[in-house]
Amino acid sequence: MPSNKSVSDAPIVQFTNCRILRDHQLQREDLWVREGKILNPEKLFFDEKGSSDVQLDCKDSIITPGFIDVQINGGFGVDFSLATDDFKSGIDLVSQKILSHGVTSFCPTLVTSPPSVYHQVLPQISVRNGGAHGAGILGAHLEGPFISKEKKGAHPEHCLRTFETGAFQDLLATYGSLDCVRIVTLAPEMRRSSEVIQELTKRGICVSLGHSVANLSQAEEAVQHGATFITHLFNAMLPFHHRDPGIVGLLTSDKIPAGRRVFYGMISDGIHTNPAALRIAHRAHPKGLVLVTDAIAGMGLAPGRHTLGQQVVEIDGLNTYIAGTKTLSGSVATMDTCVRHFQEATGCSVETALEAASLHPAQLLGIEHKKGTLNYDSDADFLMLNDSLYVQATYIAGEEVWQQDASGM
Amino acid sequence: MKLIILENYSQASEWAAKYIRNRIVQFGPGPGRFFTLGLPTGLPRDHPESYHSFMWNNFFKHIDIAPENVHILDGNAPDLQAECDAFEEKIKAAGGIELFVGGIGPDGHIAFNEPGSSLVSRTRVKTLAMDTILANARFFDGDLSKVPTMALTVGVGTVMDAREVMILITGAHKAFALYKAIEDGVNHMWTVSAFQQHPNTVFVCDEDATLELKVKTVKYFKGLMLVHNKLVEPLYSMKEMGAERSQSKKPYSD
Repeated sequence: MPSNKSVSDAPIVQFTNCRILRDHQLQREDLWVREGKILNPEKLFFDEKGSSDVQLDCKDSIITPGFIDVQINGGFGVDFSLATDDFKSGIDLVSQKILSHGVTSFCPTLVTSPPSVYHQVLPQISVRNGGAHGAGILGAHLEGPFISKEKKGAHPEHCLRTFETGAFQDLLATYGSLDCVRIVTLAPEMRRSSEVIQELTKRGICVSLGHSVANLSQAEEAVQHGATFITHLFNAMLPFHHRDPGIVGLLTSDKIPAGRRVFYGMISDGIHTNPAALRIAHRAHPKGLVLVTDAIAGMGLAPGRHTLGQQVVEIDGLNTYIAGTKTLSGSVATMDTCVRHFQEATGCSVETALEAASLHPAQLLGIEHKKGTLNYDSDADFLMLNDSLYVQATYIAGEEVWQQDASGM
Repeated sequence: MKLIILENYSQASEWAAKYIRNRIVQFGPGPGRFFTLGLPTGLPRDHPESYHSFMWNNFFKHIDIAPENVHILDGNAPDLQAECDAFEEKIKAAGGIELFVGGIGPDGHIAFNEPGSSLVSRTRVKTLAMDTILANARFFDGDLSKVPTMALTVGVGTVMDAREVMILITGAHKAFALYKAIEDGVNHMWTVSAFQQHPNTVFVCDEDATLELKVKTVKYFKGLMLVHNKLVEPLYSMKEMGAERSQSKKPYSD
């Protein structure tokens, strides 16, 4: 059939025989892609009198927007908090490997480290689009060092810092540069945190509350100054108490500024959070739930000892602890495992589980107009899943960048 | 005419779909040989419930029609009458309408040919009757002031020129219109009645739509269903037709 498209001559691919996630529902619709973006077939038909050049039968797969991981510390032997000579090839390796987990965009995360590490590593991280080379990088997530000693978790105590002297200038001096930083996790009860939160928010950096002993009013004040995220809810914060719910209380707080939503990361690997707690959080505030892996260098590798920044961690199955202790330190769960576990534990719909890993992180970072959905004109980053939510193929900008081969590897 | 009476909306829809499918397959369309399907016009373009969206979602996206073979009257055209005249020319250029499929309004109108429309009218701008505006209000959140008051429509005469006409009528609220269309005389107040003078008309309806007809009429046509069902069984496919064409089936007519 002749295609006399008036807007562009680029080839149009029509993915048929599939169910796509659109408007919060799985719909039996075809997905049309042109020049790396989702195309509106109605406009193509009537305005351009065009039609597709290639039709691909997706064999009844589920098509979902690609997953976005906003907290991942490394994987496959690579540790983002280690200033090695081959750091760049390390980040390239991880970004390529996570395609098979369905992650099409991520925020490489650095745990609490000495300033020298930040000064060496951050300039080597650049925001870039994904493709056959790997998932896209949205910017770094700096988790620490401005966190609470009491809730340091696996972070090294000798590297913790405060910004009570110079507030934002202290933070800038520690990190060196904020050019490619997307998220900063800090403890809001620290003195002068409000100023810091405001400065970071002004620069478009998402401020997250975590590794903190803040009470609810301190947390609410932080949100009023611009904080929008909670780092791995329940972990490294005061437990929920009925007279002072602490940071957890943000999920149902009535002091959130109008029009804003507080998002919260959940590591749904079955270990960091008891399924009952996961359900409580999900039911209290379903639209704010963001699935994260918090994956460490050992993810994708055999059990044994690996590093996490300045610490040594031990992996045993899905459990990862600081060597010789019972302190959890990151996880080795993959993003697609987290999505499946989340869906099973909460009994939520497939759509809800998929959105927690795609739409919600995109909304958190304010990029939902181009990522996290299959809306027209969005970036064509998507996955083909089977009914059990296992990734069969990963696409970035409309190109297939990973495929499950027949042997199931 | 053939009056096909099915039990309910789904069955009537299915019968009509099968009939249209068989007609297209038996016609044997191909390059340069168009099966021209005529349909009534609808709402203006830029509304989310627009006719274009409706047609795309309910028809075009499910079939492999080439976009250049789709002609929809443009309600936003600068010169509406010229748009209508051009539409008539396009119909001629495509070889005339092979089959026109339409519904009937509660006031007996075909397309937007409201009561009082000339029975020999052509494609033109029509002011809509209050009944039609009320019926369309549901597409505009019930706000009457938002409903368009004018529409472009094919004329009664335009439809009469089609080689075959199929009218779909379901629901009790259409029963009186159906009665007026087929049991009363030809009258410009019930424009569908014009098809009494068309050589090849099929009315497909459900039981509820027959509520105002004479028992005798209903029994007569129900009695013909055995014969009428031969039009939809067997269901032909384009692949088979290649082989069958050599056996030269004559199209059934009454």
